[in-house]
Amino acid sequence: MITVSEQLLDEVREHGVRDYPYECCGLLLGRYTAEGKIVSETYPISNAREESAKRNRFLIEPVELMRGERYAREHDLEVVGFYHSHPDSPAVPSQYDLEHAWPTYSYIIVSTSPGQATDLFSWEQEPDRSRFNREELRISE
Amino acid sequence: MPVTISIPAPLRQFADGQSQIVVEAKTAGEALERLTSTYISLRRHLFNEQNTLRNFVNVYLNDEDIRHASGPETPVKDGDTIMIVPSIAGGAVVESEVAQSLPELSNEEILRYSRHLIMPEVGMQGQRKLKAASVLMIGTGGLGAPVGMYLAAAGVGRIGVVDFDVVEESNLQRQIIHGTKDLGRRKIESARDRLRDINPHIEIETHETRLTSQNAMQLFRNYDVIVDGTDNFPTRYLVNDACVLSGKPNVYGSIFRFEGQASVFWAEKGACYRCLYPEPPPPGLVPSCAEGGVLGVLPGIVGAIQANETIKIILGAQDLMINRLLLFDAWSMKFREFKLRKDPKCPVCGEEPTVKELIDYEQFCGITPQHAAPPEPKLEEITATELNARRLRGEQLQIIDVREPHEFEIAQIPGTKLIPLGHVVNRMNEIDPGVETVVHCKGGVRSAKAIQALKRAGFQGRLINLKGGISAWSDDVDPRVPKY
Repeated sequence: MITVSEQLLDEVREHGVRDYPYECCGLLLGRYTAEGKIVSETYPISNAREESAKRNRFLIEPVELMRGERYAREHDLEVVGFYHSHPDSPAVPSQYDLEHAWPTYSYIIVSTSPGQATDLFSWEQEPDRSRFNREELRISE
Repeated sequence: MPVTISIPAPLRQFADGQSQIVVEAKTAGEALERLTSTYISLRRHLFNEQNTLRNFVNVYLNDEDIRHASGPETPVKDGDTIMIVPSIAGGAVVESEVAQSLPELSNEEILRYSRHLIMPEVGMQGQRKLKAASVLMIGTGGLGAPVGMYLAAAGVGRIGVVDFDVVEESNLQRQIIHGTKDLGRRKIESARDRLRDINPHIEIETHETRLTSQNAMQLFRNYDVIVDGTDNFPTRYLVNDACVLSGKPNVYGSIFRFEGQASVFWAEKGACYRCLYPEPPPPGLVPSCAEGGVLGVLPGIVGAIQANETIKIILGAQDLMINRLLLFDAWSMKFREFKLRKDPKCPVCGEEPTVKELIDYEQFCGITPQHAAPPEPKLEEITATELNARRLRGEQLQIIDVREPHEFEIAQIPGTKLIPLGHVVNRMNEIDPGVETVVHCKGGVRSAKAIQALKRAGFQGRLINLKGGISAWSDDVDPRVPKY
C-alpha cells in the first residue's frame, strides 16, 4: 500500500501534462512504514532518453537517481518509488516496465492526453518479477 | 579483501533486511557473485537469464560506475564500498503478451540480421516481430520488386504475392525482382524464386489471381500489412476500401514518369486514400506508365519507401507516414510533403460511411465495356499488312507519324513525316489534302485523336488510321523495327 496526498498526485499529473507528448518521470520520496509506503515529496527528473524515443520511453540516469537519493538522505527520506506517464496509452505497466523494475518500489503511472491526465494507478512488482500488481493507493489529507 | 556492499531499500527483503553486507572479493564482479550466492533470491533482480547484469542495474565502486572502469573485472581494495543503483526506465507500449508469443531466432538468423539486432530500435524483440509478421504485396511490378526484396531481406516471416501477369521484356527496365532468364514466366513464380534466394528463412505465399472485390477480403484477412503496388485506379480503390473494411494498414505508392507518391493509409489512425481522392479521375485522363513512360529507378525509390514504412509499422515505430503524402520528383530530385486530414464525410472511413462492402471498382472508375469501345466508330482504318501491300504496289500515300520526336528516334516506319500530336493542327498545311493520308502512332490511340482533331479543324483530305500503330508494323510487316 502507498499513501499519497491529493496535492502530490496533482503534481504528478501536472508534470505528465506538461511533458506531453513525451513521457515524464520522477522519484517518490518518503518512508517505508508498517502501514506501507508514505510519500512526502515528489522529485521530478528530466527524461534522459533521446528525443526520438521520449514518446514511449523514459530513463532516469543513475547519476540523477544518486542525486535524488542524496537529496532524500539529506532530508531523512528514502526513495519509495517512481512515477512516469504513458502518453495516449493506458496507465498499465508494459513488458518494458516489468523488465526494468524492482519489487517493493511503487510505480505510479499516469495516462496523459493533450491537456489532461486521466487514469493514475500505482503498481508493485511481484517479488518473482513475473508481473505487476495493482497497489492500493490511499489518499491522505 | 573485505568490501562493503550497500543494498538499496527494495532489495533488502531479499537480504534478510540488511542494508549493508560485507563480502570477501578481489573484483567487483566477484563481490556481487559472493553476495548473490549467499542471497539467492537477490540474484534475479540483479542479473538476467543470460547471467549478465540487468541493463538498468548500475554498480558503483565508491563513486565510480564500474562500466567506466573495467566492468566486473574492476579490482577492489580493502574498505571499498559497492553501491547498487538502478537507473529506472520504463515506457508505454503494452506488449507483454506479444513478447511471449514471438518466434525465436535461430543462430543463423541472428547472424543474418545482426545489423538490425545491434540497433535498439529493432533489437531481438523487433526482429522477432518481423519474423512473426505477414505482409501482402499487391503486384510484383516496379513497386512490388523493391518492396518484396527488402521485406524478404529484412526477415518478414511471411510474404504473400498477388499477380497474374507474365514477365515481359519491357518489364525488366524497372522490375528488378525478375531477370532476363524469367521472360515468359509467371511473375509470381519468378518473384517467389528471387525472394527465396534472398532469404530462405521466410515463407512466400503466391496468389496467382487478379485482385477482385470477390477475393480481396478473404486474401487480406490473413495478413498484417497490405502494400499497394498497383498501376491502375480500380485496383487502388479496391485495395483502399478492403483495407479500411478489414482494418489493415495500406502502404501506398504510385509512380508516373518522373513523379512518385507514397503514404500510409490507415483508417483507424488517419486518412485513407479516399479522404485524399474521393473520386477517381475520368478514364483516360491520367495515362498509365505504359502510355506515359516511367523512369526505371523511380519505382525503386518509391518502393523502398514503402518497404521502409512497412517495417516501421511492424516494429511499432513512431512517425509513420500517416496523414502525410510524400511527393517525389526524380528529375528535379525533390521531396515534398503534404499534410492529409481524415475526411469525416469520407464514404468509406468517415463518420457515416456509405460504402460498407466492396463494390464494382471498374464501374466506379468509369471503365465499363461501353466506354472501352472506340468513341468514333466511323474512323477509317488500315492494317499494317494492307498498308505495306499498297505501298509495294506503288500507290501514292503519305504517312504522318504523330508520336514524339524521342519516340521517333527509337523506331520509324520508313518514308513517314513526323508531326507530333500536339502540333498536328497548327502544321496542318504540311499535309497534302490531295493525297490519301495514313496517320500512325505507337498503338493507334493518339493517331485516332489526331484524325479527329484534323477533321474538326476542317482538314479536307482523306485520313486513315493505322490500326495497332508502329507496334503492329513491327509484328506483321518488319520485325527489324524495334518494339518499345
